[in-house]
Amino acid sequence: MGDFDFEVIVQSLPYLWKGMQYTLVLTAVAMTGGIVLGTLLAIAKLSPIKPLAIAATTYVNLMRSIPLVLVIFWFYFLVPLLIQGLTAAEQPVPIGPDQTAFVSFTLFEIAYYCEIIRAGIQSIPQGQMAAGKALGFTPTQVLVYVILPQAFRNMLPVLLTQTIVLFQDTSLVYVISATDFLGAASKIAQRDGRLVEMYSFVAIVYFLICFTLSQWVRRLQLNFSLATR
Amino acid sequence: MGKYNWNWHIFWETVATSADGSEKYYQWMLIGLGWTVATGLAAWAIALILGSLIGVIRTTPLRWLAGLGDAYVELFRNIPLIVQLFLWFFVLPEILPQTAGDWLKKEMPLPEFITAFVGLGLFTSARVAEQVKAGIQSLPPGQKNAGLAMGFTLPQVYRYVLLPMAFRLIIPPLTSELMNVFKNSAVALTIGLMELTAQARQMNEYTFQGFETFTVATILYIFVAFMANRVMALIEKRVQVPGYIGGGR
Repeated sequence: MGDFDFEVIVQSLPYLWKGMQYTLVLTAVAMTGGIVLGTLLAIAKLSPIKPLAIAATTYVNLMRSIPLVLVIFWFYFLVPLLIQGLTAAEQPVPIGPDQTAFVSFTLFEIAYYCEIIRAGIQSIPQGQMAAGKALGFTPTQVLVYVILPQAFRNMLPVLLTQTIVLFQDTSLVYVISATDFLGAASKIAQRDGRLVEMYSFVAIVYFLICFTLSQWVRRLQLNFSLATR
Repeated sequence: MGKYNWNWHIFWETVATSADGSEKYYQWMLIGLGWTVATGLAAWAIALILGSLIGVIRTTPLRWLAGLGDAYVELFRNIPLIVQLFLWFFVLPEILPQTAGDWLKKEMPLPEFITAFVGLGLFTSARVAEQVKAGIQSLPPGQKNAGLAMGFTLPQVYRYVLLPMAFRLIIPPLTSELMNVFKNSAVALTIGLMELTAQARQMNEYTFQGFETFTVATILYIFVAFMANRVMALIEKRVQVPGYIGGGR
Protein backbone atom coordinates (compact mmCIF):
# COMPACT_ATOMS: atom_id res chain seq x y z
CA MET A 1 0.00 0.00 0.00
CA GLY A 2 2.97 2.28 0.71
CA ASP A 3 3.88 2.68 -2.93
CA PHE A 4 0.45 3.83 -4.09
CA ASP A 5 1.35 6.08 -7.00
CA PHE A 6 -1.03 9.01 -7.50
CA GLU A 7 1.26 10.36 -10.18
CA VAL A 8 0.29 7.61 -12.64
CA ILE A 9 -3.39 8.55 -12.29
CA VAL A 10 -2.72 12.27 -12.74
CA GLN A 11 -0.58 11.68 -15.79
CA SER A 12 -3.19 9.49 -17.46
CA LEU A 13 -6.16 11.78 -16.78
CA PRO A 14 -6.41 13.11 -20.36
CA TYR A 15 -6.48 9.55 -21.72
CA LEU A 16 -8.99 8.46 -19.09
CA TRP A 17 -11.18 11.44 -19.95
CA LYS A 18 -11.23 10.28 -23.55
CA GLY A 19 -12.36 6.88 -22.33
CA MET A 20 -15.04 8.50 -20.17
CA GLN A 21 -16.30 10.46 -23.19
CA TYR A 22 -16.65 7.18 -25.05
CA THR A 23 -18.58 5.70 -22.11
CA LEU A 24 -20.89 8.73 -21.99
CA VAL A 25 -21.55 8.74 -25.75
CA LEU A 26 -22.22 4.99 -25.73
CA THR A 27 -24.63 5.42 -22.81
CA ALA A 28 -26.40 8.33 -24.51
CA VAL A 29 -26.77 6.54 -27.84
CA ALA A 30 -27.96 3.26 -26.31
CA MET A 31 -30.37 5.17 -24.06
CA THR A 32 -31.85 7.24 -26.90
CA GLY A 33 -32.10 4.28 -29.25
CA GLY A 34 -33.36 2.08 -26.43
CA ILE A 35 -36.14 4.46 -25.42
CA VAL A 36 -37.28 5.34 -28.96
CA LEU A 37 -37.21 1.80 -30.34
CA GLY A 38 -38.23 0.36 -26.97
CA THR A 39 -41.41 2.45 -27.13
CA LEU A 40 -42.19 1.11 -30.60
CA LEU A 41 -41.49 -2.41 -29.38
CA ALA A 42 -43.75 -1.91 -26.36
CA ILE A 43 -46.55 -0.73 -28.66
CA ALA A 44 -45.94 -3.78 -30.87
CA LYS A 45 -46.06 -6.03 -27.82
CA LEU A 46 -49.43 -4.62 -26.77
CA SER A 47 -50.76 -4.49 -30.31
CA PRO A 48 -53.90 -6.48 -31.20
CA ILE A 49 -52.08 -7.79 -34.30
CA LYS A 50 -51.06 -11.21 -32.99
CA PRO A 51 -47.93 -11.99 -35.10
CA LEU A 52 -46.50 -8.56 -34.29
CA ALA A 53 -47.13 -8.99 -30.57
CA ILE A 54 -45.61 -12.48 -30.59
CA ALA A 55 -42.52 -11.34 -32.50
CA ALA A 56 -41.99 -8.43 -30.09
CA THR A 57 -42.48 -10.64 -27.04
CA THR A 58 -40.05 -13.25 -28.36
CA TYR A 59 -37.39 -10.62 -29.00
CA VAL A 60 -37.75 -9.12 -25.54
CA ASN A 61 -37.71 -12.49 -23.77
CA LEU A 62 -34.71 -13.67 -25.77
CA MET A 63 -32.64 -10.56 -25.04
CA ARG A 64 -33.58 -10.64 -21.37
CA SER A 65 -32.61 -14.25 -20.83
CA ILE A 66 -29.03 -14.18 -22.13
CA PRO A 67 -26.00 -12.32 -20.73
CA LEU A 68 -25.02 -8.97 -22.23
CA VAL A 69 -21.52 -10.35 -22.83
CA LEU A 70 -22.96 -13.06 -25.04
CA VAL A 71 -25.02 -10.47 -26.94
CA ILE A 72 -21.84 -8.49 -27.57
CA PHE A 73 -20.10 -11.60 -28.92
CA TRP A 74 -23.13 -12.43 -31.06
CA PHE A 75 -22.99 -9.06 -32.77
CA TYR A 76 -19.22 -9.01 -32.98
CA PHE A 77 -19.61 -12.17 -35.03
CA LEU A 78 -22.88 -11.35 -36.83
CA VAL A 79 -22.51 -7.74 -37.94
CA PRO A 80 -19.61 -8.37 -40.38
CA LEU A 81 -21.66 -11.17 -41.99
CA LEU A 82 -24.73 -8.94 -42.19
CA ILE A 83 -22.79 -6.13 -43.84
CA GLN A 84 -21.33 -8.65 -46.25
CA GLY A 85 -24.82 -9.83 -47.10
CA LEU A 86 -26.15 -6.30 -47.55
CA THR A 87 -23.26 -5.02 -49.64
CA ALA A 88 -22.66 -8.29 -51.49
CA ALA A 89 -18.98 -8.18 -50.52
CA GLU A 90 -16.66 -11.12 -51.15
CA GLN A 91 -15.53 -11.46 -47.55
CA PRO A 92 -17.21 -10.71 -44.20
CA VAL A 93 -16.63 -6.98 -43.66
CA PRO A 94 -14.57 -6.57 -40.49
CA ILE A 95 -15.87 -3.79 -38.28
CA GLY A 96 -14.24 -2.37 -35.21
CA PRO A 97 -15.29 -2.95 -31.63
CA ASP A 98 -16.80 0.55 -31.53
CA GLN A 99 -19.54 -0.05 -34.07
CA THR A 100 -20.22 -3.45 -32.53
CA ALA A 101 -20.59 -1.88 -29.11
CA PHE A 102 -23.08 0.73 -30.32
CA VAL A 103 -25.19 -1.82 -32.21
CA SER A 104 -25.23 -4.46 -29.48
CA PHE A 105 -25.92 -2.08 -26.59
CA THR A 106 -28.79 -0.39 -28.40
CA LEU A 107 -30.39 -3.67 -29.43
CA PHE A 108 -29.92 -5.10 -25.95
CA GLU A 109 -31.27 -2.07 -24.10
CA ILE A 110 -34.36 -1.88 -26.32
CA ALA A 111 -35.64 -5.02 -24.57
CA TYR A 112 -35.21 -3.54 -21.09
CA TYR A 113 -36.62 -0.10 -21.89
CA CYS A 114 -39.49 -1.82 -23.70
CA GLU A 115 -40.57 -3.63 -20.54
CA ILE A 116 -40.48 -0.41 -18.52
CA ILE A 117 -42.52 1.52 -21.08
CA ARG A 118 -44.98 -1.36 -21.43
CA ALA A 119 -45.54 -1.30 -17.67
CA GLY A 120 -46.00 2.47 -17.94
CA ILE A 121 -48.59 2.16 -20.69
CA GLN A 122 -50.45 -0.53 -18.75
CA SER A 123 -50.48 1.65 -15.63
CA ILE A 124 -52.83 4.08 -17.43
CA PRO A 125 -56.51 3.20 -16.82
CA GLN A 126 -58.13 1.63 -19.88
CA GLY A 127 -61.00 4.10 -19.72
CA GLN A 128 -58.68 6.78 -21.06
CA MET A 129 -58.36 4.97 -24.37
CA ALA A 130 -62.15 4.66 -24.57
CA ALA A 131 -62.61 8.31 -23.57
CA GLY A 132 -60.11 9.41 -26.21
CA LYS A 133 -61.85 7.41 -28.90
CA ALA A 134 -65.23 8.76 -27.80
CA LEU A 135 -63.86 12.27 -28.32
CA GLY A 136 -63.02 11.38 -31.90
CA PHE A 137 -59.27 10.68 -31.57
CA THR A 138 -57.81 7.84 -33.60
CA PRO A 139 -56.12 5.10 -31.49
CA THR A 140 -52.70 6.43 -32.59
CA GLN A 141 -53.64 9.93 -31.48
CA VAL A 142 -54.82 8.69 -28.10
CA LEU A 143 -51.54 6.83 -27.71
CA VAL A 144 -49.37 9.81 -28.66
CA TYR A 145 -51.28 12.61 -26.95
CA VAL A 146 -52.89 10.91 -23.96
CA ILE A 147 -51.32 7.61 -22.95
CA LEU A 148 -47.59 7.94 -23.72
CA PRO A 149 -46.99 11.31 -22.01
CA GLN A 150 -48.47 9.93 -18.79
CA ALA A 151 -46.69 6.58 -19.17
CA PHE A 152 -43.32 8.33 -19.53
CA ARG A 153 -44.05 10.57 -16.59
CA ASN A 154 -44.99 7.65 -14.35
CA MET A 155 -41.97 5.66 -15.43
CA LEU A 156 -39.39 8.45 -15.42
CA PRO A 157 -37.62 7.28 -12.22
CA VAL A 158 -37.46 3.70 -13.49
CA LEU A 159 -36.19 4.85 -16.90
CA LEU A 160 -33.46 6.86 -15.18
CA THR A 161 -32.51 3.94 -12.93
CA GLN A 162 -32.24 1.73 -16.01
CA THR A 163 -29.95 4.35 -17.55
CA ILE A 164 -27.67 4.21 -14.50
CA VAL A 165 -27.56 0.42 -14.90
CA LEU A 166 -26.76 0.93 -18.59
CA PHE A 167 -23.98 3.38 -17.71
CA GLN A 168 -22.43 0.70 -15.49
CA ASP A 169 -22.97 -2.03 -18.08
CA THR A 170 -21.11 -0.15 -20.80
CA SER A 171 -17.92 -1.16 -18.95
CA LEU A 172 -18.47 -4.62 -20.46
CA VAL A 173 -17.17 -3.39 -23.84
CA TYR A 174 -13.90 -4.38 -22.17
CA VAL A 175 -14.53 -7.87 -23.61
CA ILE A 176 -14.05 -6.60 -27.18
CA SER A 177 -11.14 -4.32 -26.18
CA ALA A 178 -13.00 -1.06 -26.82
CA THR A 179 -11.45 1.92 -25.07
CA ASP A 180 -14.19 3.10 -22.75
CA PHE A 181 -13.37 4.46 -19.28
CA LEU A 182 -12.51 1.02 -17.89
CA GLY A 183 -10.78 0.03 -21.13
CA ALA A 184 -8.58 3.14 -21.03
CA ALA A 185 -7.71 2.56 -17.37
CA SER A 186 -7.00 -1.09 -18.03
CA LYS A 187 -4.64 -0.32 -20.91
CA ILE A 188 -2.61 2.04 -18.75
CA ALA A 189 -2.74 -0.36 -15.81
CA GLN A 190 -1.23 -3.10 -17.94
CA ARG A 191 1.34 -0.85 -19.65
CA ASP A 192 2.66 0.60 -16.40
CA GLY A 193 2.00 -2.36 -14.12
CA ARG A 194 -0.23 -0.13 -11.98
CA LEU A 195 -3.35 -2.25 -11.56
CA VAL A 196 -4.02 -1.21 -7.96
CA GLU A 197 -4.03 2.51 -8.69
CA MET A 198 -5.98 2.39 -11.93
CA TYR A 199 -8.72 -0.06 -10.88
CA SER A 200 -9.20 1.67 -7.52
CA PHE A 201 -9.55 4.99 -9.30
CA VAL A 202 -12.05 3.53 -11.78
CA ALA A 203 -14.13 2.07 -8.93
CA ILE A 204 -14.17 5.40 -7.06
CA VAL A 205 -15.18 7.39 -10.15
CA TYR A 206 -17.97 4.96 -11.07
CA PHE A 207 -19.17 4.97 -7.49
CA LEU A 208 -19.28 8.76 -7.21
CA ILE A 209 -21.14 9.19 -10.49
CA CYS A 210 -23.66 6.40 -9.94
CA PHE A 211 -24.22 7.23 -6.28
CA THR A 212 -24.90 10.89 -7.06
CA LEU A 213 -27.26 10.02 -9.90
CA SER A 214 -29.16 7.41 -7.91
CA GLN A 215 -29.62 9.82 -4.97
CA TRP A 216 -30.98 12.37 -7.44
CA VAL A 217 -33.38 9.81 -8.92
CA ARG A 218 -34.54 8.89 -5.42
CA ARG A 219 -35.35 12.55 -4.63
CA LEU A 220 -37.15 12.88 -7.94
CA GLN A 221 -39.19 9.78 -7.15
CA LEU A 222 -40.15 11.21 -3.75
CA ASN A 223 -41.26 14.51 -5.30
CA PHE A 224 -43.21 12.59 -7.90
CA SER A 225 -45.10 10.46 -5.46
CA LEU A 226 -45.97 13.61 -3.49
CA ALA A 227 -47.10 15.46 -6.61
CA THR A 228 -49.39 12.70 -7.80
CA ARG A 229 -50.85 11.83 -4.43
CA MET B 1 -25.07 -14.04 -45.85
CA GLY B 2 -24.94 -16.55 -48.65
CA LYS B 3 -21.41 -17.76 -48.00
CA TYR B 4 -21.79 -19.00 -44.46
CA ASN B 5 -20.95 -22.68 -44.17
CA TRP B 6 -23.43 -24.30 -41.84
CA ASN B 7 -22.07 -27.22 -39.88
CA TRP B 8 -24.16 -28.39 -36.96
CA HIS B 9 -21.98 -31.47 -36.64
CA ILE B 10 -19.16 -29.29 -35.41
CA PHE B 11 -20.05 -30.13 -31.80
CA TRP B 12 -19.13 -33.77 -32.39
CA GLU B 13 -15.87 -32.95 -34.09
CA THR B 14 -12.54 -33.27 -32.29
CA VAL B 15 -10.98 -30.13 -30.88
CA ALA B 16 -8.15 -29.01 -33.18
CA THR B 17 -5.57 -28.93 -30.37
CA SER B 18 -6.72 -32.06 -28.57
CA ALA B 19 -3.58 -34.08 -27.83
CA ASP B 20 -5.05 -37.58 -27.85
CA GLY B 21 -7.93 -36.74 -30.18
CA SER B 22 -10.65 -37.54 -27.66
CA GLU B 23 -11.76 -33.99 -26.79
CA LYS B 24 -14.94 -32.90 -28.58
CA TYR B 25 -16.40 -29.42 -28.87
CA TYR B 26 -19.68 -30.35 -27.18
CA GLN B 27 -17.62 -31.16 -24.10
CA TRP B 28 -16.40 -27.56 -24.05
CA MET B 29 -19.97 -26.34 -23.97
CA LEU B 30 -20.94 -28.76 -21.18
CA ILE B 31 -17.92 -27.79 -19.11
CA GLY B 32 -18.86 -24.14 -19.63
CA LEU B 33 -22.43 -24.84 -18.57
CA GLY B 34 -21.08 -26.59 -15.47
CA TRP B 35 -19.00 -23.58 -14.42
CA THR B 36 -21.89 -21.22 -15.11
CA VAL B 37 -24.27 -23.22 -12.94
CA ALA B 38 -21.68 -23.78 -10.19
CA THR B 39 -20.71 -20.10 -10.08
CA GLY B 40 -24.34 -19.00 -10.10
CA LEU B 41 -25.42 -21.36 -7.32
CA ALA B 42 -22.44 -20.63 -5.07
CA ALA B 43 -22.92 -16.88 -5.57
CA TRP B 44 -26.63 -17.25 -4.87
CA ALA B 45 -25.92 -18.97 -1.55
CA ILE B 46 -23.71 -16.05 -0.46
CA ALA B 47 -26.19 -13.50 -1.79
CA LEU B 48 -29.15 -15.05 0.00
CA ILE B 49 -27.43 -15.33 3.39
CA LEU B 50 -25.64 -11.96 3.36
CA GLY B 51 -28.50 -10.19 1.59
CA SER B 52 -31.04 -11.35 4.18
CA LEU B 53 -28.76 -10.26 7.00
CA ILE B 54 -28.13 -6.82 5.48
CA GLY B 55 -31.79 -6.42 4.54
CA VAL B 56 -32.84 -7.16 8.12
CA ILE B 57 -30.40 -4.79 9.77
CA ARG B 58 -31.55 -2.01 7.46
CA THR B 59 -35.01 -2.22 9.00
CA THR B 60 -33.93 -2.38 12.66
CA PRO B 61 -34.51 0.64 14.93
CA LEU B 62 -30.75 0.94 15.53
CA ARG B 63 -29.84 3.92 13.37
CA TRP B 64 -26.11 3.21 13.06
CA LEU B 65 -26.72 -0.42 12.12
CA ALA B 66 -29.30 0.53 9.48
CA GLY B 67 -26.89 3.17 8.17
CA LEU B 68 -24.17 0.54 7.88
CA GLY B 69 -26.54 -1.66 5.87
CA ASP B 70 -27.47 1.24 3.60
CA ALA B 71 -23.80 2.03 2.99
CA TYR B 72 -23.12 -1.62 2.10
CA VAL B 73 -25.92 -1.66 -0.47
CA GLU B 74 -24.89 1.66 -2.03
CA LEU B 75 -21.28 0.52 -2.28
CA PHE B 76 -22.04 -2.71 -4.11
CA ARG B 77 -24.79 -1.28 -6.29
CA ASN B 78 -22.91 1.70 -7.66
CA ILE B 79 -19.78 0.02 -8.99
CA PRO B 80 -20.00 -2.08 -12.19
CA LEU B 81 -19.70 -5.83 -11.58
CA ILE B 82 -16.68 -6.14 -13.87
CA VAL B 83 -14.84 -3.47 -11.87
CA GLN B 84 -15.74 -5.24 -8.61
CA LEU B 85 -14.34 -8.52 -9.96
CA PHE B 86 -11.14 -6.71 -11.00
CA LEU B 87 -10.83 -5.26 -7.49
CA TRP B 88 -11.14 -8.71 -5.90
CA PHE B 89 -8.90 -10.40 -8.45
CA PHE B 90 -6.14 -7.88 -9.22
CA VAL B 91 -6.21 -5.31 -6.42
CA LEU B 92 -7.03 -7.22 -3.22
CA PRO B 93 -3.93 -9.50 -3.29
CA GLU B 94 -1.71 -6.42 -3.67
CA ILE B 95 -3.11 -4.39 -0.78
CA LEU B 96 -3.30 -7.28 1.71
CA PRO B 97 -0.29 -8.06 3.92
CA GLN B 98 2.40 -9.92 1.96
CA THR B 99 1.64 -13.44 3.20
CA ALA B 100 -2.12 -13.21 2.68
CA GLY B 101 -1.63 -11.64 -0.76
CA ASP B 102 0.82 -14.34 -1.78
CA TRP B 103 -1.58 -17.02 -0.62
CA LEU B 104 -4.38 -15.52 -2.74
CA LYS B 105 -2.13 -15.27 -5.76
CA LYS B 106 -0.28 -18.57 -5.58
CA GLU B 107 -1.95 -21.08 -3.31
CA MET B 108 -5.70 -20.50 -3.30
CA PRO B 109 -7.27 -23.35 -5.30
CA LEU B 110 -9.38 -22.41 -8.37
CA PRO B 111 -8.65 -18.68 -8.04
CA GLU B 112 -10.90 -17.59 -10.93
CA PHE B 113 -13.86 -19.63 -9.71
CA ILE B 114 -13.61 -18.58 -6.06
CA THR B 115 -13.08 -14.91 -6.92
CA ALA B 116 -15.98 -15.06 -9.36
CA PHE B 117 -18.56 -16.57 -7.03
CA VAL B 118 -17.52 -14.52 -4.00
CA GLY B 119 -17.50 -11.29 -6.04
CA LEU B 120 -20.75 -12.10 -7.78
CA GLY B 121 -22.26 -13.18 -4.46
CA LEU B 122 -21.41 -9.88 -2.76
CA PHE B 123 -22.68 -7.91 -5.76
CA THR B 124 -25.96 -9.85 -5.73
CA SER B 125 -26.29 -9.68 -1.93
CA ALA B 126 -26.82 -5.91 -2.17
CA ARG B 127 -29.70 -6.48 -4.57
CA VAL B 128 -31.20 -9.23 -2.38
CA ALA B 129 -30.87 -6.92 0.65
CA GLU B 130 -32.89 -4.31 -1.22
CA GLN B 131 -35.70 -6.83 -1.81
CA VAL B 132 -35.63 -8.18 1.76
CA LYS B 133 -35.89 -4.63 3.13
CA ALA B 134 -38.77 -3.84 0.78
CA GLY B 135 -40.52 -7.08 1.79
CA ILE B 136 -40.26 -6.32 5.51
CA GLN B 137 -41.39 -2.72 5.02
CA SER B 138 -44.40 -3.78 2.98
CA LEU B 139 -45.84 -5.61 6.01
CA PRO B 140 -48.29 -3.60 8.11
CA PRO B 141 -46.43 -2.04 11.11
CA GLY B 142 -49.13 -3.49 13.33
CA GLN B 143 -47.61 -6.96 12.90
CA LYS B 144 -44.36 -5.95 14.53
CA ASN B 145 -46.16 -4.05 17.31
CA ALA B 146 -48.52 -6.96 17.96
CA GLY B 147 -45.54 -9.30 18.20
CA LEU B 148 -43.80 -7.03 20.68
CA ALA B 149 -47.03 -6.63 22.68
CA MET B 150 -47.28 -10.40 22.92
CA GLY B 151 -43.96 -10.38 24.71
CA PHE B 152 -41.72 -11.46 21.82
CA THR B 153 -38.26 -9.97 21.77
CA LEU B 154 -37.34 -8.05 18.60
CA PRO B 155 -35.28 -10.96 17.18
CA GLN B 156 -38.22 -13.26 17.86
CA VAL B 157 -40.60 -10.88 16.06
CA TYR B 158 -38.31 -11.03 13.05
CA ARG B 159 -37.89 -14.79 13.21
CA TYR B 160 -41.51 -15.81 13.79
CA VAL B 161 -43.62 -12.91 12.49
CA LEU B 162 -41.93 -10.66 9.94
CA LEU B 163 -39.47 -12.79 7.98
CA PRO B 164 -41.75 -15.77 7.22
CA MET B 165 -44.20 -13.41 5.53
CA ALA B 166 -41.62 -11.05 3.99
CA PHE B 167 -39.74 -13.89 2.27
CA ARG B 168 -42.95 -15.25 0.78
CA LEU B 169 -43.81 -11.80 -0.56
CA ILE B 170 -40.46 -11.28 -2.30
CA ILE B 171 -40.26 -14.62 -4.10
CA PRO B 172 -41.12 -13.02 -7.50
CA PRO B 173 -38.35 -10.38 -7.38
CA LEU B 174 -35.94 -12.97 -5.96
CA THR B 175 -36.77 -15.17 -8.93
CA SER B 176 -35.51 -12.47 -11.31
CA GLU B 177 -32.42 -12.01 -9.16
CA LEU B 178 -31.70 -15.75 -9.34
CA MET B 179 -32.06 -15.63 -13.12
CA ASN B 180 -29.77 -12.56 -13.16
CA VAL B 181 -27.07 -14.30 -11.16
CA PHE B 182 -26.56 -16.93 -13.89
CA LYS B 183 -26.50 -14.26 -16.59
CA ASN B 184 -24.10 -12.07 -14.61
CA SER B 185 -21.72 -14.99 -14.10
CA ALA B 186 -20.68 -14.46 -17.74
CA VAL B 187 -18.79 -11.35 -16.60
CA ALA B 188 -16.37 -13.71 -14.84
CA LEU B 189 -14.83 -14.59 -18.20
CA THR B 190 -12.93 -11.29 -17.84
CA ILE B 191 -10.92 -12.80 -14.97
CA GLY B 192 -10.39 -16.04 -16.87
CA LEU B 193 -13.23 -18.28 -15.71
CA MET B 194 -14.06 -20.67 -18.56
CA GLU B 195 -17.83 -20.50 -18.15
CA LEU B 196 -20.37 -20.92 -20.92
CA THR B 197 -19.87 -17.62 -22.76
CA ALA B 198 -16.08 -17.97 -22.57
CA GLN B 199 -16.28 -21.51 -23.97
CA ALA B 200 -18.54 -20.32 -26.78
CA ARG B 201 -16.14 -17.51 -27.64
CA GLN B 202 -13.22 -19.92 -27.64
CA MET B 203 -15.07 -22.42 -29.79
CA ASN B 204 -15.93 -19.68 -32.29
CA GLU B 205 -12.28 -18.68 -32.43
CA TYR B 206 -11.28 -22.30 -33.10
CA THR B 207 -13.98 -23.20 -35.63
CA PHE B 208 -15.46 -19.92 -37.03
CA GLN B 209 -18.88 -21.59 -36.66
CA GLY B 210 -20.27 -18.66 -34.73
CA PHE B 211 -23.95 -19.27 -35.53
CA GLU B 212 -23.94 -22.82 -34.21
CA THR B 213 -21.80 -22.02 -31.20
CA PHE B 214 -23.64 -18.93 -30.01
CA THR B 215 -27.04 -20.51 -30.74
CA VAL B 216 -26.24 -23.45 -28.48
CA ALA B 217 -24.91 -21.12 -25.76
CA THR B 218 -28.08 -19.02 -26.04
CA ILE B 219 -30.30 -22.10 -25.74
CA LEU B 220 -28.35 -23.31 -22.69
CA TYR B 221 -28.76 -19.92 -20.98
CA ILE B 222 -32.49 -19.95 -21.72
CA PHE B 223 -32.64 -23.46 -20.27
CA VAL B 224 -30.87 -22.36 -17.08
CA ALA B 225 -33.15 -19.33 -16.71
CA PHE B 226 -36.19 -21.54 -17.28
CA MET B 227 -35.07 -24.04 -14.65
CA ALA B 228 -34.40 -21.27 -12.14
CA ASN B 229 -37.84 -19.88 -12.81
CA ARG B 230 -39.53 -23.28 -12.38
CA VAL B 231 -37.71 -24.08 -9.15
CA MET B 232 -38.71 -20.73 -7.65
CA ALA B 233 -42.31 -21.21 -8.82
CA LEU B 234 -42.31 -24.61 -7.14
CA ILE B 235 -41.03 -23.08 -3.90
CA GLU B 236 -43.60 -20.31 -4.11
CA LYS B 237 -46.38 -22.88 -4.46
CA ARG B 238 -45.08 -25.05 -1.62
CA VAL B 239 -44.86 -22.22 0.91
CA GLN B 240 -47.95 -20.21 0.00
CA VAL B 241 -50.20 -19.16 2.85
CA PRO B 242 -53.94 -19.70 2.34
CA GLY B 243 -55.93 -16.48 2.22
CA TYR B 244 -53.14 -14.29 0.80
CA ILE B 245 -52.67 -13.14 -2.77
CA GLY B 246 -51.55 -16.18 -4.74
CA GLY B 247 -52.33 -18.39 -1.76
CA GLY B 248 -54.67 -21.35 -1.79
CA ARG B 249 -58.28 -21.00 -0.64
